Amino acid sequence: MFPTEILLEALLNGLMTGAIYALIALGLTLVYGVLHIINFAHGALLTCAMFLVWGGFALVGLDPYVALLPVVPLMFALGYGVQRWVIGPASHGEDNNILLVTLGLSIILENALLAVFRSDTRTLQTDYAFDVVPVGPLLLSTPRLIGAAATLVVTGLLWLLLNRTDTGRAIRAVAHEKLGAQLVGIDVRHIYAVTFGIGTACLGVVACLLMPIFYVNPRSGGVFVLVAFTIVVLGGMGSVPGALLGGLLIGVVESYSALYFGDSLGQLGIFVIFILVLLFRPSGLFGARA
Amino acid sequence: MLEITGLRAGYGGTEVLRGIDMQVAAGEVVAVLGANGVGKTTLNKVISGVVPARAGEVRFDGRRIDRAPAASIVAAGLVHVPEGRKIFPQMSVRENLELGSYRRARTRRSSNIERVFTIFPRLRERTRQAAGTLSGGEQQMLAIGRGLMAEPRLLILDEPSLGLSPLLVEEMFILVRRLSAEGLTVMLVEQNVVQSLEIAHRAYIIENGAVALYGTAAELLAGPEVKRAYLGL
Ligand SMILES: Nc1ncnc2c1ncn2[C@@H]1O[C@H](COP(=O)(O)OP(=O)(O)O)[C@@H](O)[C@H]1O
Ligand SMILES: [Mg+2]
Repeated sequence: MFPTEILLEALLNGLMTGAIYALIALGLTLVYGVLHIINFAHGALLTCAMFLVWGGFALVGLDPYVALLPVVPLMFALGYGVQRWVIGPASHGEDNNILLVTLGLSIILENALLAVFRSDTRTLQTDYAFDVVPVGPLLLSTPRLIGAAATLVVTGLLWLLLNRTDTGRAIRAVAHEKLGAQLVGIDVRHIYAVTFGIGTACLGVVACLLMPIFYVNPRSGGVFVLVAFTIVVLGGMGSVPGALLGGLLIGVVESYSALYFGDSLGQLGIFVIFILVLLFRPSGLFGARA
Repeated sequence: MLEITGLRAGYGGTEVLRGIDMQVAAGEVVAVLGANGVGKTTLNKVISGVVPARAGEVRFDGRRIDRAPAASIVAAGLVHVPEGRKIFPQMSVRENLELGSYRRARTRRSSNIERVFTIFPRLRERTRQAAGTLSGGEQQMLAIGRGLMAEPRLLILDEPSLGLSPLLVEEMFILVRRLSAEGLTVMLVEQNVVQSLEIAHRAYIIENGAVALYGTAAELLAGPEVKRAYLGL
């Protein structure tokens, strides 16, 4: 057995990692809930965002947190454009086509990044990467704490957007009743693109929060998105609160499995849970909808 | 106000509308009648821009709308309350109404919500309830209320009485008459022939994707064709 302090620290670390996972899953589940597609390009888009943050730092010394200001709108615009002018037109309204288009897009993006950056792993050196905040007897990593706090803020903003603005209401309307939405004058293609843009903008936030503590290579996005897929299934496909809770839960599970079984097996627990959920609660732990 | 000439449309290889000609003038209630599957709903969808026309013209206030996007048709004041209601089931009654003014009359949203609640007091009691949990009649009221939120100049109602109890059907027709008396132009698509003809000024009877018969409601009610084909006399 481990002393309570270590268990507690593992719990908090897990929650902090989980918050980042949740933010990645949020974009994925939002796109699924509204466009009814699984966006296989999510990981590659995350990698793009991480390279963007890295590039800003390496080229002009842009601090990753300051980089939120340009990177988030840029990623929104990228996501909007990709859905509006690539995925949408290329799929002709067939869900199977969309699947293939996003898969193809992820392969193209990943290989483009490989061609430019090779498979080298890159990091940024900030002077706060190893800062810690003492919380009682525990020491918590400052960048991780910032990441968790930012996730909460972003989730709150997203909630406000979805529930308190016309664009947000239109997004929710399109998700469940496309014809009704068209007949009140909602431009469905625009709303699809906005939703996709919000999903990728979340990745922009994630990239800025991750880069102080993580590395980037052309495959790093994929690692996170695999976990995010698990969270989306766990939380119920399309459920925003499910993604948040699922993300936190997965973060904790990973943290404890790393503690008990070693770092290299940290993600084992995640996939055990994934399979158990698929077997016994295919609609997700928190998802009401099948 | 609405002029349709030689309109053709369909799905894939099948042609559903085979050259429709009809007009709706400002202030009228025009009934569009016909059996199940003759293409009434398709006609409405083509007019409102969600199904493309293959030939012919649709003009609203003289302006061609048969290539226009659905959103701009709503913006022009042509509002379609679809068959099967198509309300937003997981959203509250109020949110459904708010979205009714997404494209048009947004600045008068709160006063129009009040107006809808005056017409349908039952909706006021259920403002926060999810629309999908309303009864069929209430859902139909919400669908019409959502349409009214855009301050339509022409309101298309596609089978508003479908699936309602006889009492509610009667209420629905009274409502249409009342909206018309307040100055609204209505295109009423129905299978309820007699009740529709009682409140309409004119009517078109569709068979096989084309207008088989048209005239004033009084003429049609008195004429032999309607009696024989639709009233079983
Ligand atoms: N989305 C669709 N795809 C293919 N065929 C359709 C579609 N909608 C309607 N139809 C066909 O078009 C014909 C007319 O349907 P519809 O316009 O709904 O008639 P009505 O409203 O008069 O009952 C029917 O034969 C129906 O099966
Ligand atoms: Mg119909």
